[in-house]
Amino acid sequence: MLGNRELPVKGEMFRMVCRPDTKGDVEMTWDWRLGGVLLGAVFFAAVLLVKPIGVSTQFVILDAIVTDVVTPDFITKTADGYTSTNAYMAKSNGKYAGNAANPLNYSFVFVLAMAAGAFVSTLLKGGIGQQERRLPAVWRANFGETPWKHYAVAFAGGFVVLYGARLAGGCTSGHMMSGMMQTSLSGYIFALGAFLAAVPTALFMYRED
Amino acid sequence: MTLVLAFAIGAAFGFVLDRIGATNPNVIIGMLTLRRLNLMKTILLAIGTGSILMFGGQMLGLVDVGHMSVKAAYAGVFIGGLLLGVGWAAAGYCPGTAIGAAAAGRRGALIFVVGGLFGAAAYMATYPMWKASGLLDDIAGGKVTLGSVPGSAYESIWTVQGDLLGIALGAVFVAVAFALPQRLTGDATGKLPAE
Repeated sequence: MLGNRELPVKGEMFRMVCRPDTKGDVEMTWDWRLGGVLLGAVFFAAVLLVKPIGVSTQFVILDAIVTDVVTPDFITKTADGYTSTNAYMAKSNGKYAGNAANPLNYSFVFVLAMAAGAFVSTLLKGGIGQQERRLPAVWRANFGETPWKHYAVAFAGGFVVLYGARLAGGCTSGHMMSGMMQTSLSGYIFALGAFLAAVPTALFMYRED
Repeated sequence: MTLVLAFAIGAAFGFVLDRIGATNPNVIIGMLTLRRLNLMKTILLAIGTGSILMFGGQMLGLVDVGHMSVKAAYAGVFIGGLLLGVGWAAAGYCPGTAIGAAAAGRRGALIFVVGGLFGAAAYMATYPMWKASGLLDDIAGGKVTLGSVPGSAYESIWTVQGDLLGIALGAVFVAVAFALPQRLTGDATGKLPAE
């Protein structure tokens, strides 16, 4: 048994902290200094080489790709690009419509690659325990063995998060990280709103650690 | 070439998100309940690091100012932020981390992504209503930075030199990251001890 003590494992490059969670699974998280510098370096690399990181737009793009398969008139080619029967897809001269018509574009591939990166990281850590994959420990501590309730909250949460992100024009990556990094006013407004709602919600829902 | 970059930067982003604990709802909720602030420290340090590198690189002429992409400010940014905050705390995921967590095998994250696809579709359907409400109209100049960034196309709300301000604010983010305690509330003998 690992008990409650952390076992620091020091490598040459990566300082990791192995800590047992409430179910005894050992997770590996980088020291926040290493993690912060590397995460910042990724955001910098993106803006140096291409453009700032963003994710939530690609939910709309995937929706549009699927919709266009079901109803082929959803996205149409115009003389100078693409447009759509949907006003949101058609805005900014059909920029989103064009991206959905050509899914092999930078932003969409970026998000697919992100999933691959997280998958590889998990594999190298030795995967997540079956229990934890089914239900996170913090949910179990507060609501017991209620997977369907968790999945319902996850679905509703996803719905509200993406609705809000599209209304705001970006999410935690695009607005909060990329935005504040560039000193954009909108990033600060977004972060204020997000934390103002998130902290009370978390404190109200998750009384147990 | 752009697709190679998309793959390389995207994969690095996903890998790092997973290794800082951002794809783990226990860590997200630990942060949002102010019990474990390690991830908050990570995020603040990342914003500061990114800012200093980008604006420093611009001043040295190594970073193309044209690569900046500033989003518009409007009332809906705040309302959308509030909505996102509620769902983020309830589910323990945001759009990017949910995709990573789903790839890592978390079932709730996969369902979150499906819910997100419906939420994004609902916004597409209701966009004309928001547009008509005026809540998407620019405030404070719309696409603006705090300081005036030399060579950028964006207006600023203050006249101070934007790249210097960016470096200064970056330094503030780094300082706050170091100053922030590991935890603000909760039982000091908690099951998931802070460092």
